Amino acid sequence: MNQKTFVGGVHPADSKHDSDTKPIEACPLPEQLIIPLSQHIGAPAEALVKAGDLVFKGQTIAKASAFVSVPIHASTSGQVIAVEPRLHPCGKMLPAIVIEADGEDHWDPSLEGIDPAQWTGDELRQRISDAGIVGMGGATFPTHVKLSPPEDKLIDTLMINGVECEPYLTADHRLMLEQSDKIMDGIDILRRVLGVKHTIVGIESNKPDAIACMAKAGANHGIQVQALEVKYPQGAEKQLIDALLGREVPSAGLPMDIGVVVQNVATAAAVSDAIRLGRPLVERVVTISGPAVAEAKNLRVRIGTPLSFLVQQCGGNKYEVSKIIMGGPMMGQSQLSLDAPAVRGTSGLLLFGEKDLAKIEAGPCIRCGRCVGACPLHLLPATIASYATLGMFDEAEAHSALDCMECGCCTYICPATRPLVQTLRHAKGGILAKRRRS
Amino acid sequence: MDNQLYMSSSPHVHSGETTQDIMRAVIYALLPACVLSIYYFGLEALLVLLLCTAGCLTTEAVCCVLSKRAMTLSDGSAAITGILLALNLPASSPWWLALFGSIIAVTIGKQVFGGLGHNPFNPALVARVVLLISFPVQMTSWTSPTPLGHGLDALTAATPLGEMKTSVMLTGQLPASAHSGFSDYLIGNMAGSIGEVSALAVLLGGLYLLKKKVITWEIPASYLGSVILFGGMFWLIDSQRYPDPLFHLLTGGLLLGAFFMATDMVTTPITRSGMLIFGVGCGVITVLIRLFGGYPEGVSFAILLMNGATPLIDRYTRPKVFGRNPYHNINQTPAQEN
Ligand code: SF4
Ligand code: SF4
Repeated sequence: MNQKTFVGGVHPADSKHDSDTKPIEACPLPEQLIIPLSQHIGAPAEALVKAGDLVFKGQTIAKASAFVSVPIHASTSGQVIAVEPRLHPCGKMLPAIVIEADGEDHWDPSLEGIDPAQWTGDELRQRISDAGIVGMGGATFPTHVKLSPPEDKLIDTLMINGVECEPYLTADHRLMLEQSDKIMDGIDILRRVLGVKHTIVGIESNKPDAIACMAKAGANHGIQVQALEVKYPQGAEKQLIDALLGREVPSAGLPMDIGVVVQNVATAAAVSDAIRLGRPLVERVVTISGPAVAEAKNLRVRIGTPLSFLVQQCGGNKYEVSKIIMGGPMMGQSQLSLDAPAVRGTSGLLLFGEKDLAKIEAGPCIRCGRCVGACPLHLLPATIASYATLGMFDEAEAHSALDCMECGCCTYICPATRPLVQTLRHAKGGILAKRRRS
Repeated sequence: MDNQLYMSSSPHVHSGETTQDIMRAVIYALLPACVLSIYYFGLEALLVLLLCTAGCLTTEAVCCVLSKRAMTLSDGSAAITGILLALNLPASSPWWLALFGSIIAVTIGKQVFGGLGHNPFNPALVARVVLLISFPVQMTSWTSPTPLGHGLDALTAATPLGEMKTSVMLTGQLPASAHSGFSDYLIGNMAGSIGEVSALAVLLGGLYLLKKKVITWEIPASYLGSVILFGGMFWLIDSQRYPDPLFHLLTGGLLLGAFFMATDMVTTPITRSGMLIFGVGCGVITVLIRLFGGYPEGVSFAILLMNGATPLIDRYTRPKVFGRNPYHNINQTPAQEN
């Protein structure tokens, strides 16, 4: 199999075998759903309901407050019992709409599917925006924004991201196996919106079954599937485009600057549901895994389901949990508690015990150059970090600190276990603060 | 599940390879050369190895206590400095020479700069050069190897490179041995410092480090390659006066230097292209000293000089940041795909 890739990156153990053979199961309905108003990059949505209101599943309960924003929908039918700050996966208390489920799970009767062939690109884009669709690989950037390139940006390629390079996560993998036709349908709709023919689906070669399945489904649509070397962060937009097309997204630029729009496979599937069935984004597939979980699973989860409920569905934890991660272990967020809900960007929920966590004390940098070789953006993490530690933000900036995408490869690989990406985040903050001041 | 949860920012996993692992691998890789040296030089070599290692470890411990820093013995770097220093000494070194060298290596070579990671020069080489200048007689009385059980009295002898230098100076010609002794050089049957004697054992260790990805190929390849090319150039010009590339490769401390000292991460460039420049610089300087310098061997000086140039090399070999290439908007150059 001819495998493409990019320069740099690391090879963490993929740890996917606990869940990659588990078909997607529907997660039961919890009693309460906590639906935060901020689940995407951009302005938080504005609540349209108040405590006491009755809602249908799929009903818009908060509206987009800006162009870079999306509406939020009820993920089941029931009664709004509160609109108040609740624990958000980011660790803060943020406004959320709490719905008590009535157990009926009634779809809003006004939702209707359409035949995309009868509609224009602009109309389809509006429907995608109304359905609250965001990038489901974890970045949660509103999809309609990516589908609205300015006039002067010619788009020649639609790239579909089925890489799933984070260890443990298998949600996209299972989706490609089980719903490849729906994904292809979504891709067709995306192509129609963008007016683009050339489409490449990139999948890491550790998922040969998904590659075969997608290639078969894509054949009728003229969609090319390309195997990629197993390497983190192969699924990062810039690295994916570099691997598949050999084009470099300019520093501080966007894929559309070089004629590419990237969408995740789960996003494509959500687009198909939004158009054909008229169903907004109210659920997603989440991988629940990690060494401390009793049984790893891929669950189809309503947005707003408390994390503790997801763990219950997987038989609870095998032993005492010391770390909870939402997302993958390379870029995911550690959680304060399982009270937070699953949101649109929740690709995984991982449980680790004390013994699974390597705790090594940081030593001095031995200048081994491993971080330099691993950085997918070809930065000098060790050098930038030492400037940042000394508070020399101008030098850090001169070494392109702002280009860092915080992928974590440098920290992952550092034998002295130095907190490189953590220091780089600090440097970026320092540089930006300085800019604001001047 | 209301026990203490760890909160930290990503990434939450680590490759598992630590500084200690790297150092341990280097020690393993040095073992073949150590074993072979004991075979050739007997207990004398063993004694020097033990003295240097113990000397370096003790000095490191004392420095840590005096400077009130956490004990750093377990990082393994002091042990490596000790072994490397021993491998750079003659087997006949007196005990005080080994101990003095160890103290120099760890204090002046490393601790005055703030310990591991901060020293600009390879500590073992710093010590070797200090000893060479301070005690030239003891540092150059080489004995020819007497494999265990093959007789007890070691004979003093010149190293192949020393023999070459004398012969070229006196007669303008290479000595006869420079055309013949390759199988001896390969297995270590020649006079020299403890670790220089067997090219094969050093090579084995070096390949192990490459295979384990502890070191990368850039420095050894560019160092050895440039010695072969640059040394070979002189040989092509006058093969009576200048030795052939294989002689350069197998004698003296070149292999030991190229695999174990020029690859010392702390004192060498951090970028790939910097490593290549570093290796080529080492190669050229080594050949120049061997052929035209006052000392028969130039590996130590070459590496130390290039250590000194490392900050400069690092500054001028910054990799081009992703996305800063003049790649164009497809609106300027329509992409040709399919
Ligand atoms: S976190 Fe930043 S500096 Fe570190 S490897 Fe990723 S892009 Fe490079
Ligand atoms: S990986 Fe760690 S030890 Fe190696 S150069 Fe980078 S910061 Fe230094």
